[in-house]
Amino acid sequence: MANTLTLTATSPCYGLLPKTVGTCTLTETDLGTLTSVAPFKGRAVSDALKGAHGMAFPAPNRATGKDGARAIWFGRDMVLLAGPVPDPGLGDHAALTDQSDAWTCVTLSGEDAGAVLARLVPVDLRPAIFKQGHTARTQLGHMNASITRTGPDSFLILVFRSMAATLVHDLVTAMESLAARH
Amino acid sequence: MRLPCPICGERDRREFYYQGAAVALNRPAPDADADAWQDFVYLRENLPGDHQELWSHDAGCGAWLVVTRNTVTHAVLGAKLASEADR
Amino acid sequence: MRVAGKGHIDRNSTVHFRFDGVEYQGFNGDTVASALLANDVRLMGRSFKYHRPRGVLTAGSEEPNALMTVGVGAGREPNVRATVQEIYEGLEVRSQNAFPALNFDLLAVNDLAAPFLSAGFYYKTFMWPRAFWEKLYEPVIRRAAGLGALSGAADQDRYEKAYAFCDLLVIGAGPAGLMAALVAARSGADVILADEDAQMGGRLLAETDTVDGLAGADWAADVLAELAGMDNVRLMTRTTVTGAYDQGTFGALERVSHHIARPDGRLPRETFWRIVAQRSILAAGALERPIAFQNNDRPGIMTAGAVRAYLNRWGVAPGKAVTVFANNDAAHRTALDLIDAGVHVTAVLDSRTDAQAQGDYRLIRGAQVCNSSGRTGLDAITYRTTSGQEKLATDCLAMSGGWNPTVHMTCHMNGRPSWDESIASFVPTAGAIPGMTVAGAALGVFSVQGCLASGADAARTVLQELGRSVADVEVPVADDAAYAIAPLWAVAGKGRAWLDFQNDVTVKDVKQAATENFRSVEHMKRYTTQGMATDQGKNSNVAALAVLADATGRGIPETGTTTFRPPYTPVPLAALGAGSRGKGFAPERHTTSHAASVAMGAPMIEAGLWYRPSYFPRKGESNWRQSCDREVGFVRNTVGVCDVSTLGKIDIQGPDAAKLLDFAYTNMFSTLKVGRVRYGLMLREDGHVMDDGTTARLGETHYAMTTTTAAAGLVMRHLEFITQVHHPEWDVRIMSVTEQWAQFAIAGPKSRDLVNGLVEKTIDNESWPFMACGPVRVAGIDARLFRISFSGEHAYELAMPARYGDALFRVLVKRAEALAGGAYGMEALNVLRVEKGHITHSEIHGRTTAFDIGMERMISANKDCIGKTMAARDGLLEDDREQMVGFKPTGAIKKLTAGAHLYSEGAEAVPENDQGYVTSAAFSPDFGHYIALGFVRGGAARHGDRLRLVDAMRGIDTVVEVCPPVFIDPEGGRVRG
Ligand SMILES: [Zn+2]
Repeated sequence: MANTLTLTATSPCYGLLPKTVGTCTLTETDLGTLTSVAPFKGRAVSDALKGAHGMAFPAPNRATGKDGARAIWFGRDMVLLAGPVPDPGLGDHAALTDQSDAWTCVTLSGEDAGAVLARLVPVDLRPAIFKQGHTARTQLGHMNASITRTGPDSFLILVFRSMAATLVHDLVTAMESLAARH
Repeated sequence: MRLPCPICGERDRREFYYQGAAVALNRPAPDADADAWQDFVYLRENLPGDHQELWSHDAGCGAWLVVTRNTVTHAVLGAKLASEADR
Repeated sequence: MRVAGKGHIDRNSTVHFRFDGVEYQGFNGDTVASALLANDVRLMGRSFKYHRPRGVLTAGSEEPNALMTVGVGAGREPNVRATVQEIYEGLEVRSQNAFPALNFDLLAVNDLAAPFLSAGFYYKTFMWPRAFWEKLYEPVIRRAAGLGALSGAADQDRYEKAYAFCDLLVIGAGPAGLMAALVAARSGADVILADEDAQMGGRLLAETDTVDGLAGADWAADVLAELAGMDNVRLMTRTTVTGAYDQGTFGALERVSHHIARPDGRLPRETFWRIVAQRSILAAGALERPIAFQNNDRPGIMTAGAVRAYLNRWGVAPGKAVTVFANNDAAHRTALDLIDAGVHVTAVLDSRTDAQAQGDYRLIRGAQVCNSSGRTGLDAITYRTTSGQEKLATDCLAMSGGWNPTVHMTCHMNGRPSWDESIASFVPTAGAIPGMTVAGAALGVFSVQGCLASGADAARTVLQELGRSVADVEVPVADDAAYAIAPLWAVAGKGRAWLDFQNDVTVKDVKQAATENFRSVEHMKRYTTQGMATDQGKNSNVAALAVLADATGRGIPETGTTTFRPPYTPVPLAALGAGSRGKGFAPERHTTSHAASVAMGAPMIEAGLWYRPSYFPRKGESNWRQSCDREVGFVRNTVGVCDVSTLGKIDIQGPDAAKLLDFAYTNMFSTLKVGRVRYGLMLREDGHVMDDGTTARLGETHYAMTTTTAAAGLVMRHLEFITQVHHPEWDVRIMSVTEQWAQFAIAGPKSRDLVNGLVEKTIDNESWPFMACGPVRVAGIDARLFRISFSGEHAYELAMPARYGDALFRVLVKRAEALAGGAYGMEALNVLRVEKGHITHSEIHGRTTAFDIGMERMISANKDCIGKTMAARDGLLEDDREQMVGFKPTGAIKKLTAGAHLYSEGAEAVPENDQGYVTSAAFSPDFGHYIALGFVRGGAARHGDRLRLVDAMRGIDTVVEVCPPVFIDPEGGRVRG
């Protein structure tokens, strides 16, 4: 019986996205494998990360890499490796934890994207302050979130998987509010 | 109200969880006398003026901070990581 | 009456609106107040207490009289200032506080009863009998005295909140604010310029001043056009900065769609902004104050500045024969402007004997208006000079007692304003708000030239503080006349002279307060209600202070001020709570089995933020108990499946992982073997239980902890506290993985059959004994299997990456059903654990110790842990503490309920006799009766005792037998099966 069993994967925003309202589009983003990398005491992970995945270990509030392979600063002494399956050698230097299924990952893009987030996020996201490659652990509405600017008008947003419906609700409400002003 | 997280920068108070006076940095030895433990767990000075407090940047980086705040003027005079604070 | 050729309104537009059911016309740019005055409507409301007819007093947000209800239906809004509400096609406005009609109000009899309704009336009259207050006095008073009413229906409109950040926030866009914003913007600073008005420009729109040879309004328009074109500037019109808070945070209310006829339904009504500014410039202007004299509240009497605003900004003459009454030079402009527009000015009455005429009009020096007449509007005034009293026919009186700088926001952080004798006003005290500079009329600078220069100065100061270079901006040339004033607060005389128009407070009331020894300004305020209306006494506080100072023989500075608190103007609760209503109240956390559970008809209940299935109804079942009993039967007899993903899961790695667990838990985890699970108990530092759960050792330096659903966040923060605050030297890393894994309990005698149908390598009792754990593969995917049990049955928990949760749950339910079992929900889960005597946060509710729940032996003697020392202190280990027990019904009533209290049989059910309480109760299908858990004094030694159980809330009074808390399988044979 066991060998005949197949389980279909479901994404967190299944049935909820994409959505376009006004100038903004909200899409679910498949970041690939997500691994939290938390260096052990006194261990430098940057060389190992660079050697294995070609990315520097990001400073706080910064993300390195590009679409397909990013290292996103994810909190005190922690980075989220997004994309590649982590090189096992990294495990000598850092606690590696699979997070691939733990997060709802969406991209908000469009002219009003910054204004939409200003309805929900209590941090300064002005383009001159929060530049491409900048990231923040903060809140979106009542949810803890990771927000990264991936372009002049686009943001990568992560919240807990279980909160996908609320994330979409809150973002779409703000998108509608902005759209109604045009 | 805004607090300067040493890791994330200045952030809105809503991202933080307040624990109380920063007495936890000096936990008594398990065999310390009852008064020492009573002081540690329950007794707080509650003075007007500069006050050392423990805050957790819960919705941010997750760091526990020792914040110096004036309880009269509400001025925030500084914050450092609890893990690096003097004990 | 509309005046040709005046005003900044769009004369090509025609806007129809209704006031009290009557249709009127106005133009785009009109407020309700300006449009009604243009239609010669002067009576706009009835006063709060005496129901006196009232007209508009001002032309701004400080308006105390002309409060109206806007709109119809659920979202209708009461107490809207007619001076702020812009008209639009189809607008419906109604007057308030009048019955049956505005021009014939029966409750105006209150006015005749005025001698009885003076200050302190309520306090003195309705003290006795006490019981009458709630039923009689209060409802009657509330009906008679009041403002507009809400609809009582839920408001369907949208509101939102938003955040903004800038280098400089400029509050107010009059000459000072515009100039400050211009200098800062040209210097490259990020500027937010906020103004409560629909049109920026402040008094430049209301006066005839020129700036650099341009009409003031045109100069303002040019500056605004330049600012609007700059990327570093955000102009926020219709946005009132309502409060100043710590660390440069400001609250601001933007009225987004109050002026739009049929707004897009997605558009919020209001946006409540939190603006964080490095620096701020308060350029909020000044408010003109009325002069108190007998019957100074008649429709047609308004401030002189308001008369000029209606004339110059809206092209409206508020009367056909206007009289000016003033104690300062500035008010004389009113006569000049009116004459220039062809409106008849009867006279300018100036209280100063040395006043100089500034043009060709009749000036009467040393004159004071001492009374007015007219039924629902002014028809004449009486004034007094040294040569006696004269009556003068007039339909509009423009009065000015001088100007009060708008110091309110400088007081929001405990600052007190300072008295400036030269302008007879309070001015802001420097440094009252960190980072705030005050400019223009708000600082007591009243000439246009002075305001422009003051604004530019403030911007330069701020830019230097921010370390920025300052652009060279020339200050334009404008009028620089000195402000000449001689204080006049109240005209002596009999009768009622109004100070606070909104709360109907008179000079006499304030004097009476002083006579009755309410001499402190805070006492006077509360005794008379002076300044306690929604306008916070913007027009009246200073005059009331002056009257109190006079009555108590003190100076105004010694008398002091009351405290201005946020918000500057009222903010609807809907705006403050924006985003937190309905779905926005809190995030909804859905498990991966959510959709399948809903499809199975399960009612979902909230567990913290999570939604979990209560039970899974089947055909033929008519109530939840039937479903629950059946689901309990699955677990006890065949196999049940339940989503337990909501339990907190924490990944702990590192050389010191075991140290952390030994310190966080009361019992030892460093001795746990790899591939095994152990139950653990956590205490708070005060010795009481914090949480419990199981922790598995996955590797030498790798553990997986579970917490209860309720305490997941708390425990995570607690572990961070230990590793960052108590032991930063430990090398251990903590990560929440609650969301990574979909985890399902598979429980019951046939659970292993179900598991073996899934896993690639068959398990048995030797390879997976009770409390074993390890990796398995299911459908080619890596998974984790734990043999743990909350129900007391032979059970497993299977964890898989969450993406497979939905598919896995459906498979598990189908296969459980094939084994004559199925899904079970929270109700059954609860029954199962009560039968087994397993605790939840109903039992470990914050006041229970390990001793109380019979787990004191779990506190290891061989190590320290959080809470260990305090758990051993005197009083926490006494035999007569309330200890956990079970209960069985023995009385006539068989139902047991959580929350019920216990007493000795025959004892009265009063707190003094309390023996304990029930924490959890459930109907046990296995025993065929209710069972319960709870706490009883000395309970561990009282098994077999009978106690009286009383649940006053549910009307239950019965008898129970105390028993051990584990009802089913106390030997634990089943879990090992
Ligand atoms: Zn932080």
